[in-house]
Amino acid sequence: MTVPSSAEGDTLSKSLINAAAPPRTFLARFQRWEWMLVGLIVIVVALNTALSPYFLDAQNLSRTSSDFMEMGIMMLAMVFIIITGGIDLSVASNLGMCASFMGWLFMAGVDIWIAALAALALGTFAGFVNGTLVARMKLPPLVVTLGTYAFYRGVAYVLLGDQAARGYPEAFTYIGQGKLLGTLLPFSVALFGVLAVVFGLVLHKTTFGRYLFAIGNNENASVYSGVPVARIKVIIFTVSGFMAALAGLVLAARFGSTRPDIGNGLELSVITAAVLGGVDINGGAGTMSGAVLSLFLIGLLRFGMGLLNIQGQVQGVVIGLLLILSILLPNVAHTFSGSGRKLQRHSLWAIIAFVVVFIAFVAFFFWSREAVLIK
Amino acid sequence: MTDYCLELKDITKRFSTVEVLHGVPFNLRPGEVHALLGENGAGKSTLIKVITGVHQPDGGEIVLNGERVHFNDPRESREAGIAAIYQELSLFPDLDVAENIFVGRQPTTRGGLIHWRKLYAEAGKLLASLGVRLDLKQKARHLSIAQQQMVEIARAFSLHARILIMDEPTSSLTLNEVADLFRLVRRLRDEGTAIIFISHRLEELFELADRVTVLRDGYYVGTHPLSEVTRDDLIRLMVGRTISNLFPKQDVPAGDVALKVENLSYPGVFENISFELRKGEILGMAGLVGAGRTDVARAIFGVTPPTSGSIQVAGQPVQINSPQEAIRLGLAYVPEDRQAHGLIPPMSITANLSLVVLEQCARHGWLQDKVECDKAFNAARQMEVRASHIWQKARELSGGNQQKVVLAKWLETKPRILILDEPTRGIDVGTKAAVHALMSKLAAEGMAILMISSELPEVLGMSDRILVMREGRMTAHFTRAEATQEKIISAATQSVSAGDVQ
Repeated sequence: MTVPSSAEGDTLSKSLINAAAPPRTFLARFQRWEWMLVGLIVIVVALNTALSPYFLDAQNLSRTSSDFMEMGIMMLAMVFIIITGGIDLSVASNLGMCASFMGWLFMAGVDIWIAALAALALGTFAGFVNGTLVARMKLPPLVVTLGTYAFYRGVAYVLLGDQAARGYPEAFTYIGQGKLLGTLLPFSVALFGVLAVVFGLVLHKTTFGRYLFAIGNNENASVYSGVPVARIKVIIFTVSGFMAALAGLVLAARFGSTRPDIGNGLELSVITAAVLGGVDINGGAGTMSGAVLSLFLIGLLRFGMGLLNIQGQVQGVVIGLLLILSILLPNVAHTFSGSGRKLQRHSLWAIIAFVVVFIAFVAFFFWSREAVLIK
Repeated sequence: MTDYCLELKDITKRFSTVEVLHGVPFNLRPGEVHALLGENGAGKSTLIKVITGVHQPDGGEIVLNGERVHFNDPRESREAGIAAIYQELSLFPDLDVAENIFVGRQPTTRGGLIHWRKLYAEAGKLLASLGVRLDLKQKARHLSIAQQQMVEIARAFSLHARILIMDEPTSSLTLNEVADLFRLVRRLRDEGTAIIFISHRLEELFELADRVTVLRDGYYVGTHPLSEVTRDDLIRLMVGRTISNLFPKQDVPAGDVALKVENLSYPGVFENISFELRKGEILGMAGLVGAGRTDVARAIFGVTPPTSGSIQVAGQPVQINSPQEAIRLGLAYVPEDRQAHGLIPPMSITANLSLVVLEQCARHGWLQDKVECDKAFNAARQMEVRASHIWQKARELSGGNQQKVVLAKWLETKPRILILDEPTRGIDVGTKAAVHALMSKLAAEGMAILMISSELPEVLGMSDRILVMREGRMTAHFTRAEATQEKIISAATQSVSAGDVQ
C-alpha cells in the first residue's frame, strides 16, 4: 500500500516521521498534574502533622481512609463516564435506593447476603436504565441523571419511610468496618484498592479504555470509525449503577444501619474528586491515578481539618477553593513553562486570580480554626 | 516611506523547538489582491495568524501604515483595521443577518435596550453599499455558506477593516457563488481595501489576484505579479519541482460488481439512487454542494441508514445499520469533514491510525503497545505523513497531512470498497497528486472506489464513470469518454426531468 512517491530525490532520503517522541525534559516530566497532587498531599500531611499530634497515627489514618471509600468506589466508574464527556448525577441516589432496598428486604426477614445481591442487581439495573436513556434515546446525560437522581432517592424514601433498617449481622458489617486479618488495613480500603487497579488497567491498557477517550474527544469521528459508541455508553452507566450499589453496601455496613437519606449529596463530592484529579469535565482526558490521588488528598484534608475541630461546612469551603485552585494552577504553570515567552494578559490574570484564591484559602483555613478554637 | 499598508520583515516563528517560519517578508499595498500560495504546511496559516495576532512572532517586525506594531491577540489587530475570514465561518446560527453584522456592538436606545430600527437600517445601508442582497431578518443557520461569507465580510467592513484576509473562501462555493464573491472582492479592492487571498485553486488566482507570494516549508520563495508567471511556474515555485500529471488514473479493466445500490431513498434528502460500482473502477459523483451526495455515502456506510432501497455487497444483499457493520463488509469511508468526522484531533497520530483496527492491536482486549506502534509507524511512513513523530497530536498537522492520516487509517482496514468524500478539498498540489496516484494504484489493485468531488477537473480526470446528482436525485450518468465540464454543470444545475437517468 505504499503511496507512489510524489517527489523525486530528496524527500525520500529525508525521514518524514519518527517512531519515538523526543525524550521529555526533567522539568516536563514533573509538570504532570499527578505530581502536583502528590505535592499537595505532602503539604497537607506536613501541615497537619505540625498542627496536630493525632494526625500521623496509624489507627486514625486507617479509620479515616475507610471514611471515603464509598466515594472512591463510585468515583472509579464516574471517571469512565466523565472521560466520555458524560456525567452521572444519580450515583448517590442510586446508592441510597440500593442500601434502602437491602435494608427493607432484611427487615422483611430476607437473608442479608441475598438482600445484598438483590441490591447489587437493582443498582445495576438502575444504571442500565440511565445508560439506555442516554445512549439509545440520545438524551443528554445531565438531564437523564438529574431525573433519576430525584427518582431513585424517592424510591429509597418510599421503601423505608422515616425509619431506619438496623441490626445487620457482624459478618456483613465487616465489609464496612472490618480490617484485613492481623493488619490495620480496612477491608473497604483493600476492596477499593483492587477495584482501582482493575479500573485503571481497563482505562489505560485496553481497547475499551481507548474507546472511552476517543468518544470523549470526538464522538462523531468515533461513530464514523466503527466504535460501538452506544453500547459503550450503556456499559459504563450500567457499571456506574453497580458501583453505586456496591458503595451502598459498604456504607450501610459501615454505619450498621440504613436510613433513606444515606449518602445524600455524595454525587457532588465524587465529581469533585474526579475533576480535582485532572479528569477533564468536557471529556477526553484524565488518568485513574490522578483521580485516586485527589480522592486521598480530599480525604486527608477533611480528616486533618476534622482533627483541628473545623466544622464540616467550613471544610466544604476549603475543598471548593482547592478545586478552583486546581483549575487555575495549570494556567499558571503553562505561563512559566514557556521559555522566554512574554507574559500575556490572560495569564497575568490567571496568576492574580491564583494568588487571590490562594490567600483566601490560607486565610480561611486559619480563621475558621481560630473561630472554632476560641469558643 | 513606502506605499505599503502592511509590511512584514523577516518574520520568524517557532513552536517549542521547531521553527515554522524562517525570516519571511511580506508586503501589501492598499487596493490590491495579494495571493498567498504554498502547500499545506508551508506556513501560510501561521503567517496569517502572526498578522492577526493569534501568534506572536519570535523574530522580525510588523509595520502597519508606517508604524511598527505588536498584536497580543486578535482583538488588537481587529481594532487596527485587520479582519480575517477563515474557512470555518463563525456566525451565530440563531441570530439574524443584521444582528450578526453588529453582534456585540448593537446600537442601543438611551434606556440601554437594543435599538432595533437603527440596527436594521444600518445593516441595510451597509449591505447596499457592498452591493449584497440579503434578507436582514433571515437567521444565519438558514443561509448558504456563500451568504454567510457575505455576512462576515459585511461585519468586517462595519468594523472599518482596511485589510481583509480570506483563507480559502471558495473551497465550498458553487461556480455562481464564486463569481458573486469575486465581484464583491474586486469592488472592495477598487475602494482601496487591501486583500490577502489564500486559495489552492490556481485558476482563481489568475482571475482575481494582482500579486502572489509563494512560501515553501516555511521559507519565502518569492513575490511576483501574476501577469508575469504561468500556472506551471507557480506549481514549480510552490513544490520546488514539476508535477507532470495531476490526474493519473490509468485504465483498468473493470471486474465484478462490488457494490450495487438500488432505489436508495431517504425522504427529503435523496430519492431513488441506483448505481453499480465494479472492482478496479472509480465512480465519480458530481453535483453542487448540498445535492445529497454526502448523504448517500453516509447512508451506504450505515451512519444514517436509508429508509428504503437495497444494497448489495459482492452480490449479496446486505443491511447496513451502523459503520461497524459496513467496516465488517469491507467498506471504508473517508468523510468530507476531516476535523469533525475523520479524525480525533486531540489524540496522537498513533491513536488515530489504530482506531479502526484497534482489535488487531490487542489480545483479548488488552492493547499491545508494540503492535500498535509498529502498525501506526508503518502506515504513517508509507503514506509519507510529515510530522516530527507519531505521538504528535493530529490537530498539529497541516490539512494535507491530516488527510493522509485519515486515508492511512482507513487503508489499514484493507477495504474492498472505498468511499472518498472530497478527498482533496483544501489540500496542496503535491499532496493532491499523491492522493490521486494512490487512488489510481488502489483501483489497479482491484479496489472499488466511489469518489464524491465538487472539483470538476478532478471528477473528469479520475473517474471511469460519472454520476451527477441534483437536489437529492440522480440527473445524469456519463462514461469518461462522454463527459465534459459543460455536460456535468448542466446536469448539476438543470431542473430534474421526469425521466431522470436511463
